[in-house]
Amino acid sequence: MVVRKDGVWQELKRNKLLFLMLFPGVLYFFIFQYVPMSGIVLAFKNYTYSGGIFGSEWNGWANFDFFFRSGKAWIITRNTILYNVAFMVTGLVLQLATAIFIAEIGTRFVKKYIQSSLLFPFFISWVVVGAFIYNLFSFELGTINYYMRAWGFEPIDFYGNTEVWSYILVFFNNWKYVGYNSLIYLAAIMGIDKSLYEAADIDGASIWQRARLITLPLLTPTIMILMLLAVGHLFRGNFELFYNVIGTNGLLYDQTDVIDTYVFRSLIQSPDIGMSSAAGLYQAVLCLVVILITNYVIRKYNPDYALF
Amino acid sequence: MPVSKDKLIFHVIGYTFLIVLSILCLLPLLFILGGSFSSEQSVILKGFSLIPEDFSLEAYQLSFKNPKDLLNAYFISTSVVLVGTTVGLMITAMTGYVLSRRDFRYRNQFSFYIYFTSVFSGGLVPWYIMMVSYLDMKNNFLALILPALLNVFYIIVMKSFMAGLPFELIESGKVDGANELRIFFKLILPISKPVLATIGLFIALGYWNDFFAAMLFISDESLMPLQYYLYRLVNSVDTLSRIAAMTGVPIPDMPKETLKLAMTVLVVMPIIFVYPFVQRFIVGGITVGAVKG
Repeated sequence: MVVRKDGVWQELKRNKLLFLMLFPGVLYFFIFQYVPMSGIVLAFKNYTYSGGIFGSEWNGWANFDFFFRSGKAWIITRNTILYNVAFMVTGLVLQLATAIFIAEIGTRFVKKYIQSSLLFPFFISWVVVGAFIYNLFSFELGTINYYMRAWGFEPIDFYGNTEVWSYILVFFNNWKYVGYNSLIYLAAIMGIDKSLYEAADIDGASIWQRARLITLPLLTPTIMILMLLAVGHLFRGNFELFYNVIGTNGLLYDQTDVIDTYVFRSLIQSPDIGMSSAAGLYQAVLCLVVILITNYVIRKYNPDYALF
Repeated sequence: MPVSKDKLIFHVIGYTFLIVLSILCLLPLLFILGGSFSSEQSVILKGFSLIPEDFSLEAYQLSFKNPKDLLNAYFISTSVVLVGTTVGLMITAMTGYVLSRRDFRYRNQFSFYIYFTSVFSGGLVPWYIMMVSYLDMKNNFLALILPALLNVFYIIVMKSFMAGLPFELIESGKVDGANELRIFFKLILPISKPVLATIGLFIALGYWNDFFAAMLFISDESLMPLQYYLYRLVNSVDTLSRIAAMTGVPIPDMPKETLKLAMTVLVVMPIIFVYPFVQRFIVGGITVGAVKG
């Protein structure tokens, strides 16, 4: 291809229809992503409604100071990281196991049936999931306590007990996404060259060896990509999950509050705009740093897996 | 060939694992269904059980006694899905297409421009202030659509699918004198049906299940989508008291717990009906995304 060295305007003129097609998307990201980025100055301002974003007074690092002194910063950061790590690790194990089992066993019918039922939770909103979590765990009315009472055990007060919620949240996060994510692995397994398995069978490999020595190594690129994407979200919580399951139950915050729910609540309930933007900026910067570091490490180790 | 021992163990473990998992995935919905057909009395005395001990349609009767709010919420949700999916899919396809064109000079710059927003953002607060104070999105139908209109990941999937199409197609279109719009609509879109269907479904599902936008921007009852309506019903008393006022049933007599469950069932119902048709698209779509992406 001949490299043409003429300017932007000639290019615009030549490809005006292509630019026209690109325009709505570019405009959308400009308005809804790039313009709000200028709003990060709010983290350093004492926001007043009359002044707006740009008219309000600067107050330096006071918002951050307040946020870190509140004692909340550490708790929500710790929770966000721990939950994401737990989601990643348990999710990976469950999804891989599911994909490998589905790939190896069963008739078409069984596979279809199991896949359909595993994928079903993916279609249900977190609002609905939140409703039946209440339905299962409520002290007076919950199904679990119904059976506890019926079988002569003491009912358990889940909503007054902070420790169990980390398990419940991890459980339901996996419950919702296991079918969906295992499909990605399943698709990758289906893409593996069948002759490898045939060769292994001839060599007398057991079914476990097939999974361990062929399937898993060949899935590594897919696993790496999905892990990378997950690491990029290390400091983001799934807002809908946490908000619908825990809601505004302050009793449980020590174990269940993540940065997203904290920022949301401080924005909506106690309109401390300055501090919630400080917390939001803190989160955005952490995310950016984590993504840059992982990408750097991955590129050193194997450039093919790097995101950019 | 006799089944070897390790294969047998593998199958036993595998089947047990998968069957338990698939039961777990469906069970909670059966609990909700069971609860919604119980009488409020038995729920209050004993709690929710899987099989209703005291069968009752009370909650459903009440839901349909004055279904104005519920039907309105259905209407809002459906409109949001239709408008949002159509517009969002169209823009996603156009953006992905232009970025996939190898002969488009600034495609890397524009790709980065879009990709960067998934790495860094201004956060919730500035975005919220812009939506409310500068774009006037409070209690605005558009507020339900705009936040989820475009998604970086979907644009990337679209772009990689379209980059895999033969470039000769575009060239032949050009030789025949078609302009870019014509090439896109008459040549590219028809052969991109698999990816359009998949991304469209994801966008639609996202809109149908979204309650975050409504929670942030909607307080007007007539603009409430289904999920947020349900959320308020489950989590606050004001929707319950509104239903009480509309149906004329006094609050103490209202089957509160079973009503919540019946509403949940009614919200999930459309998904259950479309699920069998939609599911295989998603399966196909993930395969497209995983192989290409």
